[in-house]
Amino acid sequence: MSKGVWIAGGGVICGIGENLGACLDAFEKMQPGMATMEHLHSVHAQTFPVVEVKADNETLAERAGMPAHWSRTALLSMIAAKEAIQSSGIGELKQYRTGLVSANTVGGMDKTEHFMEAFLADPKKGRLKEVVHHECGSVTELVADALGIRHHVSTISTACSSAANALMYGARMIRSGMLDVVIAGGTDALTRFTLNGFNTLMILDQQKCRPFDDTRTGLNLGEGAGYVVLVSDAVAEKVKPWCKLSGFANANDAYHQTASSPEGIGNYKAMQGALSMAALEPADIDYINLHGTGTQNNDSSEGLAIERLFAPAFPPLSSTKSFTGHTLGASGGIEAVFAAFALKEGIIYPNAQFTTQMKELPFKPVTTFSRGNVLTHVMSNSFGFGGNCSSLVFSK
Amino acid sequence: MADLKAQIIQQLNLQEVKPEEIGNDQPLFKEGLGLDSIDALELIVLLQQHHGIRIANPEDGPNIFYSVRTMAEYITAEKSKTA
Amino acid sequence: MSNANTYITSSCIIRNNTVVKNGVEVLTEADTALPEFLRGLYDRFSGQYPKFHKMDLLSKLGWIATEVLLQDMPMETYAPEETGVVLANTSSSLDTDERYFETVREIASPALFVYTLPNIVIGEISIRHKLKGENAFFVAETFDIEFITGYVQQLLDTGAINACICGWVEQYHITYDAALYLIEKNNRGLGVSFTAESIRKLYL
Repeated sequence: MSKGVWIAGGGVICGIGENLGACLDAFEKMQPGMATMEHLHSVHAQTFPVVEVKADNETLAERAGMPAHWSRTALLSMIAAKEAIQSSGIGELKQYRTGLVSANTVGGMDKTEHFMEAFLADPKKGRLKEVVHHECGSVTELVADALGIRHHVSTISTACSSAANALMYGARMIRSGMLDVVIAGGTDALTRFTLNGFNTLMILDQQKCRPFDDTRTGLNLGEGAGYVVLVSDAVAEKVKPWCKLSGFANANDAYHQTASSPEGIGNYKAMQGALSMAALEPADIDYINLHGTGTQNNDSSEGLAIERLFAPAFPPLSSTKSFTGHTLGASGGIEAVFAAFALKEGIIYPNAQFTTQMKELPFKPVTTFSRGNVLTHVMSNSFGFGGNCSSLVFSK
Repeated sequence: MADLKAQIIQQLNLQEVKPEEIGNDQPLFKEGLGLDSIDALELIVLLQQHHGIRIANPEDGPNIFYSVRTMAEYITAEKSKTA
Repeated sequence: MSNANTYITSSCIIRNNTVVKNGVEVLTEADTALPEFLRGLYDRFSGQYPKFHKMDLLSKLGWIATEVLLQDMPMETYAPEETGVVLANTSSSLDTDERYFETVREIASPALFVYTLPNIVIGEISIRHKLKGENAFFVAETFDIEFITGYVQQLLDTGAINACICGWVEQYHITYDAALYLIEKNNRGLGVSFTAESIRKLYL
């Protein structure tokens, strides 16, 4: 297929910044966002650091232009999507055939949890209004309506690779000529459901997470949203796009419900597939934004897959989850924005909390922030439960 | 150990396995009974639920859960500590 | 969109305690609750896969429907990455979410938590049949046949995959409905041309 798909802009809100500029600042100043939770109520508050967006629902609602009783997942989504649209300079959405492809894994769970507290204490109590938007798709619909997007609205829920899959899906709609513009990415708010769940899997670190470090003991959960504006060749001609989405692929690891295969077969196939679509060799990649969660299993599998594909020469690589935590359904979107912007500006992000190289790997992540790098192709990885592995390649 | 085998079968939903089919020294994971990492976490829950024993560090799991015998020995040792 | 060269080579519908393969009823089991019904199907169509008993109901339903779907349809001619899985439903993993939430008050169950995502059923199917192709899970109000058909057709047209298991796998409490289809470029088996209309005909 000859038709191109361009990234016209991007927006992010997460635990290290309320917009992309603030996030860059945090990277440059080496300020990861892990802290004791303030907005989430949990018995584990003092045990597990999290990377919360540092604002309450009222503040977020005002920025989003939405009611404060709506799910935090929707508020975060709206804020990042608005920034993405504004940064793209494509103007009014209604002049295009526009789609919203948004990923999330928790939907309105935050509000449901609030409802359940009252309801379990007394079955006559609890405001039913709070559970109306429980379902994942409902969150996307709220944002689509608020943005006035009607041509196509889709919700993808494939665990931690959800948002990367949203980009793939949006890119395909543009390539097939069905849409001109797609706002693609993901959102997830922190909830007790996810915190307790990851705790039962014993993969939460009680300290700041240490991706691709030999001493790593797990991940920190984060929250946020990230969207790119995907546009067709015709729309790209009218604006100054950041870069192209030149390759993408998804593969199933087919090994275990939650664990990656030790040798990272699905990871390997996803990276290889994305390179092949972009007609690139591994040596063409100038930077990799790792999935890098900080769990024993992910980093070792991802690392071995990278070794198999890239050896003997490894591009600079880092996990921005060492700053943002793992934002689950949002992570692929947030990291797509980081990766595309890195390519445009020649930035390489640092991997925080790194001290000790992993014994099984011949490489280690980059630990300092730098500008002025010559980057032509950048890769972003997102691997999720269910064996769902995705890799994206951005090119100048 | 027969009780423990029954608890393991129930906790892990091993519907097609009978207690007497699990050898006392048979490895529970991989080549033995074929359990996986989620089963290991469920065994930690089992210890907590049925025996009031908490394992804080999942890395101790492989030694404790090597076989039914090692698990039983661990439970006995832990219970004698608190008694 | 071209569909001249793609075929529905197998279909399996499971609803109302009845299994229909390629439009023909193969089994019906009145008065059986869903868990027992699925266990019965496992004993009859599969067996020898102890992991089945650990799955949640959504995964069991999708998994057993795939067992029936792929009976007499060997997939070994494909490389693992050539076969994709694209599914959708409306209740996501809500049934298991609730069961998991019940355990949180005492000791939260890791074995339940791993099933609190809808795409785990795709993982279970992929593990069983060693499928490593592209996969996606959509949450939508109803089984949008045009959408799934168009999506799968595009994956096949662009060469992302050469075969695909697609359809609808829905389960919430006692209600359930599974409709799976095997789509291939090679004509064999059922051999019906792959269109939204023929998918709908097999679904109803």
